[in-house]
Amino acid sequence: MTERIEVRKTYKLFINGAFVRSESGRSYEVFSHDGEFLANVAHASRKDARDAVVAARAGQAVWAKATAYNRGQVLFRVAEVMESRRAQFEEELRRTENVSEKKARKAVDNAIDRVVWYAGWTDKLAAIAGANNPVAGPYFNFTVPEPTGVIAIMAPQSDSLLGLLSVILPAIASGNSTVVVTSFHRPIPAITLSEVLATSDVPAGVVNILTGDFSEIGTWLAEHSDVDGIDLAGVPVGDFATKLEALAASNIKRVARPFTGDWNDEPSLYRLRQWIESKTVWHPIGA
Amino acid sequence: MTTAAHLVHLAASDLEDARRDEASLRSFISRLPGVDKVGLEARAAALGTRSIKTSAKAQLIDLAIAMVDLTTLEGADTTGKVTQLCAKAVTPDPLDASVPAVAAVCVYGDKVADAKAALSTHPRGAGINVAAVATAFPSGRASLAVKLLDTRDAVDAGADEIDMVIDRGAFLSGRYGQVFEEIQHVKQACGQAHLKVILETGELQTYDNIKRASWIAMLAGADFIKTSTGKVPLAATPANVLLMLEACRDWHRVTGEKIGMKPAGGIRTTKDAMKMLVLVHETTGDEWLTPSLFRIGASTLLNDLLMQRQKLRDGHYSSSRYVTND
Amino acid sequence: MTHFEYAPAPESRSVVELKESYGLFIDGEFVDPLSDSYLSSVNPATEEVLAHFAVGSDADVDAAVRAARRALPKWSKLPGSERGKYLFRIARILQERAREFAVLETLDNGKPIKESRDVDVPLAAAHFFYHAGWADKLEYAGYGKNPKPIGVAGQVIPWNFPLLMLAWKVAPALACGNTVVLKPAETTPLTALLFAEVCQQAGLPKGVVNIVTGAGATGAAVVAHAGVDKVAFTGSTAVGKSIAAAIAGTHKRLTLELGGKGANIIFDDAPVDQAIEGIINGIFFNQGHVCCAGSRLLLQESIAEEVISRLQHRMSTLRVGDPMDKNTDVGAINSLAQLQRITDIASSGDAEGARRWSVDCALPERGYWYRPTLFLDVTESHRIAREEIFGPVLAVQTFRTPTEAIEKANNSPYGLSAGVWSDKGSRIHLMAENLKAGVVWANSFNKFDPTSPFGGYKESGYGREGGVAGLASYLVQE
Repeated sequence: MTERIEVRKTYKLFINGAFVRSESGRSYEVFSHDGEFLANVAHASRKDARDAVVAARAGQAVWAKATAYNRGQVLFRVAEVMESRRAQFEEELRRTENVSEKKARKAVDNAIDRVVWYAGWTDKLAAIAGANNPVAGPYFNFTVPEPTGVIAIMAPQSDSLLGLLSVILPAIASGNSTVVVTSFHRPIPAITLSEVLATSDVPAGVVNILTGDFSEIGTWLAEHSDVDGIDLAGVPVGDFATKLEALAASNIKRVARPFTGDWNDEPSLYRLRQWIESKTVWHPIGA
Repeated sequence: MTTAAHLVHLAASDLEDARRDEASLRSFISRLPGVDKVGLEARAAALGTRSIKTSAKAQLIDLAIAMVDLTTLEGADTTGKVTQLCAKAVTPDPLDASVPAVAAVCVYGDKVADAKAALSTHPRGAGINVAAVATAFPSGRASLAVKLLDTRDAVDAGADEIDMVIDRGAFLSGRYGQVFEEIQHVKQACGQAHLKVILETGELQTYDNIKRASWIAMLAGADFIKTSTGKVPLAATPANVLLMLEACRDWHRVTGEKIGMKPAGGIRTTKDAMKMLVLVHETTGDEWLTPSLFRIGASTLLNDLLMQRQKLRDGHYSSSRYVTND
Repeated sequence: MTHFEYAPAPESRSVVELKESYGLFIDGEFVDPLSDSYLSSVNPATEEVLAHFAVGSDADVDAAVRAARRALPKWSKLPGSERGKYLFRIARILQERAREFAVLETLDNGKPIKESRDVDVPLAAAHFFYHAGWADKLEYAGYGKNPKPIGVAGQVIPWNFPLLMLAWKVAPALACGNTVVLKPAETTPLTALLFAEVCQQAGLPKGVVNIVTGAGATGAAVVAHAGVDKVAFTGSTAVGKSIAAAIAGTHKRLTLELGGKGANIIFDDAPVDQAIEGIINGIFFNQGHVCCAGSRLLLQESIAEEVISRLQHRMSTLRVGDPMDKNTDVGAINSLAQLQRITDIASSGDAEGARRWSVDCALPERGYWYRPTLFLDVTESHRIAREEIFGPVLAVQTFRTPTEAIEKANNSPYGLSAGVWSDKGSRIHLMAENLKAGVVWANSFNKFDPTSPFGGYKESGYGREGGVAGLASYLVQE
């Protein structure tokens, strides 16, 4: 009896809620930590990034209009679907990141818990980042946080699941949409996450996942005038990060600089605050 | 007929429509643009910071004196009191003949004859009108018949001007037609006498109400719209006066007719009066800077104007010893 | 009828004593610049030279940053309650010397005395009062349990509200425990130099506030200095972009308050007389030298003609002229360069087919002046509808529905301010929610308060000034 030939999958990009090949037709091979072939994945081009930004812009309008309660429900749903796929995530982490079974389980625990943590923020952020301002005059004056818009994310290169979620979630919790360039060498958890997102209730375009090389498409995103913010979390400190930050100045993008901490640490509110705009409204008081 | 929801742009035909029947009037009134309290008060306060110096001050003091409706409206009024008031009206400053006479004296209806008699004894008295408050002033709580009788009584006694009060109860309960018709009837009863319609701003409470009442009064034939009786607080505040001047201005934009405006109640100092005239200058324009279109109802203001005038003339501060008490 | 004219009511300038020339304020003292270079500050209403002021060179900026660094450890470790007391002192002195500041601001800037007296100076004092109270309460502000100052703040401010912008920058920086190197604008340095005297008067420790005057190169040196940890800039979007690019890859934190092209939206149910005042205030306040000016007027089509007619009538009552006269509504354009810029962009309006209407008023013979102007028949693609003019020029457009108003208002790379005029509450909220602007004035315009965060969306910048949100700009955010 011959051994069954495995069906090898070529993973696609996740743009506008759909799985698509790179318009460039390119793909690349991804290997496990010990060099075993894992999969072919799409190699995103600048045009894929461009399409993702279009999808993100449309998706953002829908997502921002959802009630904060609804966004929280949707993110809880993501946690639920991840829970049901945890075996797959653990397996992928073991193979890509060379971690023990126990550590992989812990990593997935942390990742799911982080989703739950951010899911709870959706309808509380306004109370923390908003205010009722006691101006010295007959005006009702309040400040509300609103999403910045479309955020390009250069995802962490090594911490391929927890790190990834730790940059996507603070952006989308408040109603932004994202164009994520995954870890180049460890894209599989991101791809699985896109399958999770596709089967949860996150509207199309809110999270767009591009497997590929940020050094190739990062500059296009940093300079893209319809991108409102860029998270350089996964870019090493150095010339390229500086270049992206400088390019981001072209339309006054909000920038989160390269991340040098440990994603396992309890997250601060930094990223939640980074991707919001404070809007202040004045209205006179008088009959 | 205009179909626009909000009467930002007014045409003469809108005014005709409004007069047709109660429903049309109500529709017209409810479609007048609203008034934002904070914005209105801010504008009035901003104009209150205008600095009036030297020649401008001298000019406005004399103008304000000439615009005064010198008023006594007390239960204790007597012939003697009215006679003294008339003497003051004619010669506000006995020691300075360059001081103009006031525009009118304002009394209760039963004192009109006393006032006419007193004024007739002065050479300058002929130029001074006698205004009578009427229509069950100040509350307006009487039947229409009584109000009309009250009006005719004053006119028959020689009143040149009638200061009527609107029925605030009717207004506040939404019976705009009743308010409108009552003014029309009083206007008829006035004959040749000029009609000033008192809104009693302090009882209308909101600026939207004051604006609406101003338009009802103008539609019904008021020659002047007037803030208050002087018996209720929140009378001639700068914001109220600004708002009513805007109504006069807008009426003029549509019809070309000039309706007068009279703030009354709470105007005690020269500074208060200057602010009123600044409001006129910057809202309706200088065409209203005449006693035939702007009056200031006051009892104690005149002496402060006189003292300020003396200060400008003499270069030092004056004292109440140098103005008469009447 | 009487023809009435306001008699001249000039504010006395005797309250201000100007020196012939001013050095730099470094480490608590006025010092001669190492550059040995000076510029002069001109009264834009008369073209008279008011005083000469030093131009800070790289070496001067270095001295100032070093002074700020030296002062930092002690200042940042001072108990908040003590830091707060210094700010209270400054606030009080600003109130006590209010008239002096107002007169000097008007002389140097050209803005009407009634504005410097009633807006700029009282608000500047209020900003110090407000932030004084924060100094010992920062752990309650929501930025972590142990909020830390960023360090030395390099602050570059514009000429339109010289003292007020100083207050917006310096007060929160000091309250949060930072030290400051401030670069005022080259056309309006004088109130900042007077403020330096206030710092001395308040006994503020040396080096906590340093003021380095000069032009663009001095500002660039402040931004570029390696000893600066935080850059705060208010000014043009073009310069903001170059600063953001310049600090890329450094440890420096940045907040930017940049240009705007605010839409002032008037619905058919607006309280129309107040809306007219709001339009006037939106574009002619401070000669339109306001980043959040309501420089695009969006009128609902059904009322456009009437509102324009009333607006023109109201504009013709504006009193343009001597800024020192207490009855002046519109003062001088701040500089010849700015006048040329306004003239240039406005001419493009003529060239591109918009219809110009200006107030027919007499203008003084000397000084820099521009007539209050509006352009009718403006389309989205005209330069005057897109570019910040920063002058008394209003571009008028129309809309038919709330959706169209939102689309037109948001169709701009800027996102600083917007105004909405309507008597319908639910519509106000719909508009406020959908306008991409950091400040939305409903049935109001150009209102400011230290408790109320101010700042932009999109290319109008990032970071907020004022309120709790404003503290984030001066505390470490990680």
